[in-house]
Amino acid sequence: MTSVQTSTAPSPAARSWIGRGLIASGRGIALTGLILAELGLLCALAIAVTFAAVGVGLFFIPGLVTASRAVANTIRRLAGEWCGVPIAVPYLPAPTAPGGDPGLWRRYGWLLNDPATWRDLLWMTVDSLVGWALTLTPAGLVAWGLFGVVMPAVWHPIVGAGGNNWYAFIHVTGAGRAWLSVPLGVVFILAGLWAGPPLLSAYGRFARRLLAPASRVQLERRVRRLAETRSVAVEAGAAEVRRIERDLHDGAQARLVAMGMTLDAADQLLDDNPAAARVLLTEARETSVKALAELRDLVRGIHPPVLADRGLADAIRALALDSPVQVQVAAALPDRPEPPVESAAYFAVSELLTNVTKHAGARQARVDVRHDGGILRIEVRDNGSGGADATRGSGLAGIQRRLGAFDGTMTVSSPPGGPTVVTLEIPCALSSPKTSTS
Amino acid sequence: MRVVIAEDLYLLREGLTRMLEARGFDVAAAVDNPEDLLTEITRQRPDVAVIDVRLPPTFTDEGLRAALAARREIPGLPVLVLSQYVEQLYARELLADGSGSVGYLLKDRVLDGRQFTDALQRVAEGGTAMDPEVIARLITHNEGNDALAALSPRERQVLESMAEGRSNAAIAQRLVITERAVAKHTASIFVKLDLQPSDDDNRRVLAVLAYLGQ
Repeated sequence: MTSVQTSTAPSPAARSWIGRGLIASGRGIALTGLILAELGLLCALAIAVTFAAVGVGLFFIPGLVTASRAVANTIRRLAGEWCGVPIAVPYLPAPTAPGGDPGLWRRYGWLLNDPATWRDLLWMTVDSLVGWALTLTPAGLVAWGLFGVVMPAVWHPIVGAGGNNWYAFIHVTGAGRAWLSVPLGVVFILAGLWAGPPLLSAYGRFARRLLAPASRVQLERRVRRLAETRSVAVEAGAAEVRRIERDLHDGAQARLVAMGMTLDAADQLLDDNPAAARVLLTEARETSVKALAELRDLVRGIHPPVLADRGLADAIRALALDSPVQVQVAAALPDRPEPPVESAAYFAVSELLTNVTKHAGARQARVDVRHDGGILRIEVRDNGSGGADATRGSGLAGIQRRLGAFDGTMTVSSPPGGPTVVTLEIPCALSSPKTSTS
Repeated sequence: MRVVIAEDLYLLREGLTRMLEARGFDVAAAVDNPEDLLTEITRQRPDVAVIDVRLPPTFTDEGLRAALAARREIPGLPVLVLSQYVEQLYARELLADGSGSVGYLLKDRVLDGRQFTDALQRVAEGGTAMDPEVIARLITHNEGNDALAALSPRERQVLESMAEGRSNAAIAQRLVITERAVAKHTASIFVKLDLQPSDDDNRRVLAVLAYLGQ
């Protein structure tokens, strides 16, 4: 249910398992460094809380909590990048104040009320106690194995210095036993390299238990998001109804009134001046043609007939045919999405193709439509000049708002010089069309 | 000339029948669903069928499908499809078999009785009648085409009329020029668009439509 996108790049197939093991060991060492930082922060917090009674510590606590969050966030990020376990950031939004600084007490309230603060503390404690067992084991095994491999060179000085030199189960007292420890050392190194990646991913899963948002927080977020998108959807619906009412009132309705008056005038003239009556009748017919054209445009804007008739794929093909730019369409939809999703997707593509024509200066465009894994994916790509910005163009922002009502997302990639690629993703199921193809 | 009409709305069906009969057509049957249409077409063998795109049971594109089915049954059967809106996609499907005798018009065109019956006549005689709006959209679709940009404004007008399916005589009358001038323009258009010239009116129209629809 989290909306985090996994960004782990697949490791190149060429990289051997030894390389992966080495990288995992190195990453384990880096994570151990973070565990040490947590340990330090825990001690500092303990001291600050102790001195809170005399007042001094109070001023340090928010800073220390903020530092802990930075460390925790680093682990969240690395869990995604290194361990393949993306973790969402759970914190409540910071308080805002008109003066800028919300003040110490409000900051306290914000930090202490956030369940994530306490979960972070718990995490830091558990991680300091057992986390390093996961992060340090691969590197430890490799280091211990290296010690075994170099044993023939180092056993003599150790024993000479009076050391009781055991290598695992081998009591190294002479050259023969020192050589015996070499193969054992190799086994340790290989074991460390082999265990590296799985242990790293185990650490990621372990971290997610405490660092991911608590389910209550996730639900609260979801509710907030739903409330936002619902009000946007309701508002958009109301605005649409107002627009339709206005269009009808100023357009077709007005023309019908005019037509009625013209026909009445023609009626008056029919006996005395048939020629003038004929002119008026022609005029009335022209008015009716215009009224029909306006109604047709209105209907296209509400629910395009071709979408109702044929579904999304053919409706997009129809858009492509009407576009002055050469648009290739590759659509493979075994069935039809729900009508509201279909409609939102259609108008989004319509808007995007209009952008391609108007702004991109493109000669060619391509639309790919497919549905897999419960997600309707539409990619619109053009060979134009790029530089589209979702935060500036009101059209793109509008698409994002409309897709939001379906938990859909839009990503825009548009480097200067192009190409522009806009990807729409809407989670939805496909159902058989209500129309029977006979 | 014998006509079969398929239109589900009673008012429009009666209106069409009355209008066509007033202009000397013989309305052999007027039906309101695709099944009856196919039955009547095979029984009456009309000179032309006028079919609304929206027919029961789903009121989407049954009429179009019925028209295509009827032409599969009786190859070359002239059909004129009427609709409240026009789509290039549907125009292509109607033209796909390349045999002509096809019309695709907005319902609005019925309001101008003479033009409508002209179009009907043309389709019945093996020609085509494409709605000006379809042609306008085809032209928009080709906005970036250099060959079209090379046409003079007059040649463009002739091209549009030709794509709608009008004969040289009809184009001459519409643009108020001589038929010889129209012939000169069409020859020039075919050279500029690099199309094979043809004396056959209908083949010429289909070539132009195919060119625009690329």
